[in-house]
Amino acid sequence: MKKLMQHSINKEDSVISISGLFKSFGDLEVLKGINFTLYKGENVAVLGKSGTGKSVLIKIIIGLLKPDRGEVIVLGQHVDQLESKELNALRIRIGFSFQNSALYDSMNVYQNLAFPLTMNRKHLKKKEVDDAVEEVLEAVGLTDKLKQMPSDLSGGQRKRIGIARTLILKPEIMLYDEPTSGLDPITSAEIIELINEVQQKYNTSSVIITHDLTCAKNSANRIAMLLEGKFLKVGTFDEVFDTNDEQVKAFFDYNFIQ
Amino acid sequence: MFNRMRNKYTFSKGVDEYFSGIHKAYLFTALFFKEAFRRPFHLREVINQCFEVGLKSLALISLTGFIVGIVFTKQSRPSLEDFGATSWLPSLIGIAIIKALGPLVTALICAGKVGSSIGAELGSMRVTEQIDAMEVSAINPFKYLVVTRVIATTLTIPVLALYCSFVALYGSYLNVHAEETSSMISFYQSAFKTISFLDIATSVVKTIVYGFTIGIVGCYKGYHATQGTRGVGKAANQAVVLAMFLIFIEEVIIVQIANWIR
Repeated sequence: MKKLMQHSINKEDSVISISGLFKSFGDLEVLKGINFTLYKGENVAVLGKSGTGKSVLIKIIIGLLKPDRGEVIVLGQHVDQLESKELNALRIRIGFSFQNSALYDSMNVYQNLAFPLTMNRKHLKKKEVDDAVEEVLEAVGLTDKLKQMPSDLSGGQRKRIGIARTLILKPEIMLYDEPTSGLDPITSAEIIELINEVQQKYNTSSVIITHDLTCAKNSANRIAMLLEGKFLKVGTFDEVFDTNDEQVKAFFDYNFIQ
Repeated sequence: MFNRMRNKYTFSKGVDEYFSGIHKAYLFTALFFKEAFRRPFHLREVINQCFEVGLKSLALISLTGFIVGIVFTKQSRPSLEDFGATSWLPSLIGIAIIKALGPLVTALICAGKVGSSIGAELGSMRVTEQIDAMEVSAINPFKYLVVTRVIATTLTIPVLALYCSFVALYGSYLNVHAEETSSMISFYQSAFKTISFLDIATSVVKTIVYGFTIGIVGCYKGYHATQGTRGVGKAANQAVVLAMFLIFIEEVIIVQIANWIR
């Protein structure tokens, strides 16, 4: 497996900065004061139980959900204060890989990949689009699947194509929502390797939402443990799990079957 | 408990949801008019959707129109025979088909076929996060999915209704011809003798309104689908039921307005 990139993390240069973030749905308070910084070139895994608001956090980062309170600054812009045109310009710089890949099932692989590009850069010629599609397919190792429909692909292949679709716009930040969920250990390892390759090749900074500790350990420079709407601990894998906190230990024990 | 309910809802859960639903539908429709006249126009997708709505409904519309024409003529003949007025049959059929049956039958078929398909397609895109995927790729999903589909139904259903009316008249002619061996030209001349410009204009306006209704209701229900696959089925079903209900109300209103103008 490719090693995590440590050297090019720039601690001076934050690409995502969140402070005092609150979000609730009706009576249910999901995020209760999140403070978080993602530096340029680093991968951070957000760990937590199901329903703790991990996906809500990245949906707020990309502007799919509005925060109730708090400040969310992405690439120097306050996400919740942007007009739709400015928000779209920012979204082009962020890649979002969905838990279930969210491939357009009426389009084949080529059309899925070309769609964001042709819609956002209308001046591109067909040859340029074809080249871009080929490049990202090569990056995810699926050049032979060009004409296939999403329904003909396996879960792992769908994840790869989903990641390729985000890479085609050359994002600066990648947001992965449960990249290894529902995959067997071997395919999970391939996806983790792909996340690391993306970080190195495209020099992206990533937030990886997961409850898979293997994924967190092998793909993230730092871990943020989300419990009861707050980050309980943020640090390297060893720093986070070198603890006597019962909740964190339970998480570790379950994942590594100790 | 009562106080908690009072704090949570202005009236009751059902009444609040009903009014907020109307408000949401109003905002959805207003957004359509706002987006429909702004670039980009996605013309290729509009043409693609016109093909989906029009060409794929053609066989069903043809069959239904033809059968309606034959059956309506067959059933009207005995009543007219009682008064010795069978020569009025083409005029009666013309009025019934051009003014009411053609547009209404087309609208109801399209509400079932097209409305449910739009509701289910958008609903499934919503629950599988494909609409969110468009949004995060900086593509306006409302414009690409909703505006194109509503324009397609608004443009295509009037054409389908006109086609349905002609097929129904042809079915009717075949029945009349079998009984009386009249020529097609004389049949069509009689059928259109009592039809005025206002009648045709009313029918065209009606079908434009029906087309818009089918498109916007299907899109609204699909776009706001929730609860997974169950929500997709619900969206498709509600798209048909609500569109049909609105079509009947619109029929009454437009006929009343046409009568006032007359």
